[in-house]
Amino acid sequence: MGMTMTQKILAAHAGLESVTAGQLIEAKLDMVLGNDITSPVAIQEFEKAGFQQVFDRTKISLVMDHFAPNKDIKAAQQTKQSREFANKYDILNFYDVGSMGIEHALLPEKGLVGAGDCVIGADSHTCTYGALGAFSTGVGSTDMAAGMATGTCWFKVPSAIRFNLVGQLSGWASGKDVILTIIGMIGVDGALYKSMEFTGSGLASLSMDDRLCMANMAIEAGAKNGIFEVDDITIAYMKDRVQKPYTIYQADPDAQYDAEYTIDLSTIVPTVAYPHLPENTHPASESKHISIDQVVIGSCTNGRSSDMEIAAKILKGKKIAKNVRAIVIPATQKIFTECIQKGWMETFVEAGCVVSTPTCGPCLGGYMGILAQGERCVATTNRNFVGRMGHVESEVYLASPAVAAASALTGYITAPKEEN
Amino acid sequence: MQAKGFVHCYPDNVDTDVIIPARYLNTPNAQELAAHCMEDIDPAFPQKVHRGDIMVAGWNFGCGSSREHAPLAIKTSGISCVIAKTFARIFYRNAINIGLAILECEEAANRIQPGDEVQIDFDSGTITNLTQQESYQAQPFPPFIQNIIQKGGLMNAIQSKEDNTHE
Repeated sequence: MGMTMTQKILAAHAGLESVTAGQLIEAKLDMVLGNDITSPVAIQEFEKAGFQQVFDRTKISLVMDHFAPNKDIKAAQQTKQSREFANKYDILNFYDVGSMGIEHALLPEKGLVGAGDCVIGADSHTCTYGALGAFSTGVGSTDMAAGMATGTCWFKVPSAIRFNLVGQLSGWASGKDVILTIIGMIGVDGALYKSMEFTGSGLASLSMDDRLCMANMAIEAGAKNGIFEVDDITIAYMKDRVQKPYTIYQADPDAQYDAEYTIDLSTIVPTVAYPHLPENTHPASESKHISIDQVVIGSCTNGRSSDMEIAAKILKGKKIAKNVRAIVIPATQKIFTECIQKGWMETFVEAGCVVSTPTCGPCLGGYMGILAQGERCVATTNRNFVGRMGHVESEVYLASPAVAAASALTGYITAPKEEN
Repeated sequence: MQAKGFVHCYPDNVDTDVIIPARYLNTPNAQELAAHCMEDIDPAFPQKVHRGDIMVAGWNFGCGSSREHAPLAIKTSGISCVIAKTFARIFYRNAINIGLAILECEEAANRIQPGDEVQIDFDSGTITNLTQQESYQAQPFPPFIQNIIQKGGLMNAIQSKEDNTHE
């Protein structure tokens, strides 16, 4: 029986000719990732179990991004613990304040993940790297500890849902709007335990930033991973970044899927997910009745270069609405520098935004933009659960950078105009 | 292995942000995490939970972040088992890996009421509702996962495997 992209990668990493959905396997890992919240728990487990060495110091990435730069004393203890572990085991890819960025923007940018890789990360949005044609999935800290020690991880081979993308995106519609639309369609557990495999002629109109954003939110449909078929756009992205050999896996023509959907990208419109689930989607154009207090443009979902460019394009020469706070967070140091070089930084500041060093901070209600009781925020992030960005009676509306920027200017949820 | 306790009920899509809000993730200390368990969905939970109690919920329990702090907070608060219609996959893994008992059983989740006294036999997967005097059958774990649970979690399981390899 034919295999999906995900099944082929898992079979190759388990040393098997083929695998089938439901099979339990042990796979070799190409990268094990942790951040400043999940690594301390993993380090505790690693040390408690008495391990004396890591499986490969070049295949572990520790990124201090969630509560870093340290938001309080306890957060400082957690990055300190991670730093000491990284030094003790000479971890090659340890990214601290000054070199760090938001992990899922940073690893692809640094070329640390390539097509065909098998990656686990103690962060649910590790599924982002599926944009590169890798199998990549979020796990907990104990899996991370075991992965750091043994270089392997157990998996139940997932079945898959295939999304056949056709047509082209138009206007301000972006990858964010595509993935929000899909989650609205299949629900927050619509792909539970499964792979979401994205293929089709429509891929040609999706940039790597669009794909990274879409794969990032596969977890919001409950998926084990999201994965894109590798094409010329992927290969061009990897060309100057990925230094190691990579492998392109394509699904067999007779691969089995639990369901198949065809999505015409030309029908996708700017979309907003209302509180308190990412599946509560509505067109941005029908959301004018929702006034807002804050906008956040950034995160592992939408803090990349093209996200900054789109926000700057809409904000250029304009002013943020009264009583709206706009927080812009370029996801990595490289993107931060690009914002300066291209003049976007000046645009943001002159419009009345504040621009932060890379951090996950506000997305998960950590710091750098916490919401008060009753406040509403349009965020380019990935979750709008109860209390996600602050008070339990605050509200998060998920949207693209274009919608977030347009909303910042008006003070209510706004679909960007065509002439922008 | 058995569990017996009184039930706390929750709805569908209970996410890890309400199980343990991120504002408390600046510590890996299990006791501190347990003190804030379920705080944003059920503020009285840390006070009313008793050792051995059982949590019952709907679809997709534990969706959202990969934070292992979530099953850890539930386990440390004294909960002996979580029964749900389905679990989000990372939560499912994490619970097994840290030794928090979980069972998927739609019928039990539909029938059990808050405050019911429930007994669970993990070997057979049988859930007995002592209050309503009825029982439900959950799927037992596959042997691979039973082995992890029997060894007391993933780290113990891989250690005993490595020991065997070196012998």
